[in-house]
Amino acid sequence: MVGKDCVAIACDLRLGNQSLGVANNFEKIFQLGHVFLGLTGLATDVTTVYENFRMKTNLYKMREEREIEPESFANLVSSSLYERRFGPWFVGPLVAGINSKTGKPFICGFDFIGCIDYAKDFVVSGTATDQLYGMCESLYEPDLEPEDLFETISQALLNAADRDALSGWGAVVYVITKDKVIKRYLKSRQD
Amino acid sequence: MDIILGIRVKDSVIVATSKAFTRGISVLKDTDDKTRVLNQYNLLAFTGESGDTTQFADYIQANIQLFTMRENTELNSKAIASFVRQQLATSIRSRTPYQVQVLLGGLHNGSEPFLSLIDYLGTRVDLPYCAHGYAAFYTMSLLDHHYKPDMALDEGLKLLKLCHQELVKRMPIEFKGLYVKVIDKDGIRDIDFS
Repeated sequence: MVGKDCVAIACDLRLGNQSLGVANNFEKIFQLGHVFLGLTGLATDVTTVYENFRMKTNLYKMREEREIEPESFANLVSSSLYERRFGPWFVGPLVAGINSKTGKPFICGFDFIGCIDYAKDFVVSGTATDQLYGMCESLYEPDLEPEDLFETISQALLNAADRDALSGWGAVVYVITKDKVIKRYLKSRQD
Repeated sequence: MDIILGIRVKDSVIVATSKAFTRGISVLKDTDDKTRVLNQYNLLAFTGESGDTTQFADYIQANIQLFTMRENTELNSKAIASFVRQQLATSIRSRTPYQVQVLLGGLHNGSEPFLSLIDYLGTRVDLPYCAHGYAAFYTMSLLDHHYKPDMALDEGLKLLKLCHQELVKRMPIEFKGLYVKVIDKDGIRDIDFS
């Protein structure tokens, strides 16, 4: 979600095998430099794809002698996923971050073969996509301050997850401003 | 219907596996050990397609030992978990994937208890307690209810006994009891469990 000179990205903590909840500490948001990557979908691919991007961004950092910017990273994600067009990674990635040069907030989402969905308000992904769209459409307003954005994204996620049997079991919210990242764990329903 | 259970307690890890080796409707053996010792502080328990399981476990065991001999350093639990996961994640996208679920128990760097659950897809989670297969359905609620992170070993074994009783009661076929192994600072040892 985009706010005024800030962005927020949030995920739930459940890992499940169909209806059986296996873990409640499975984070789906990863920090790569000052860019944040959210990954939903097949858990094995979530781990593999993250490890892959960690390698790629580390190599990028060494080659360019700077951290990758969100816009470039989005294109890296897109081409890396399309590379596997006919044997894809089953993930629904999101990218969020603030461009360190221009200070512009950036968010985007992808389908599992890398088509980029640029948005200026919010992007969603995962099993609760429908519910999240509903919550975001009704709660979101532009140019929120970081603390208000935190409240909005948290309520959107929590209430969407409660309407989805496969989501929930705790949540994590990152609020990102130019010079600070705040990570908060949310308690949520355990059913 | 094999049972693989793990509980991480204060300064040790308990791993329990069923003794029955079943094919189709027959129990072919009642003393089957579904674990492999990887090194002094790490134990791998496994189930899945018979054949694949032992082949995969032996492969992991051999590679861990080879690494230790080449580099003259013991691999710690997290490194082993990463290696096992990587092997399974690569395998799932090959023409003949290993259909193996594993549970890795050990002491990370010889001190910190560690328990990791990895399925045939390469999904890895590090957990305080876990089970593979149908056993999970019957034991997770018991573990959720009674587990405490600072439990001592004997309390952990008591909890395991509860799980065992529940499994005997609810499992549709005989699993011939459990082999119970404990990993603590003295290494890996069998526990008399009956």
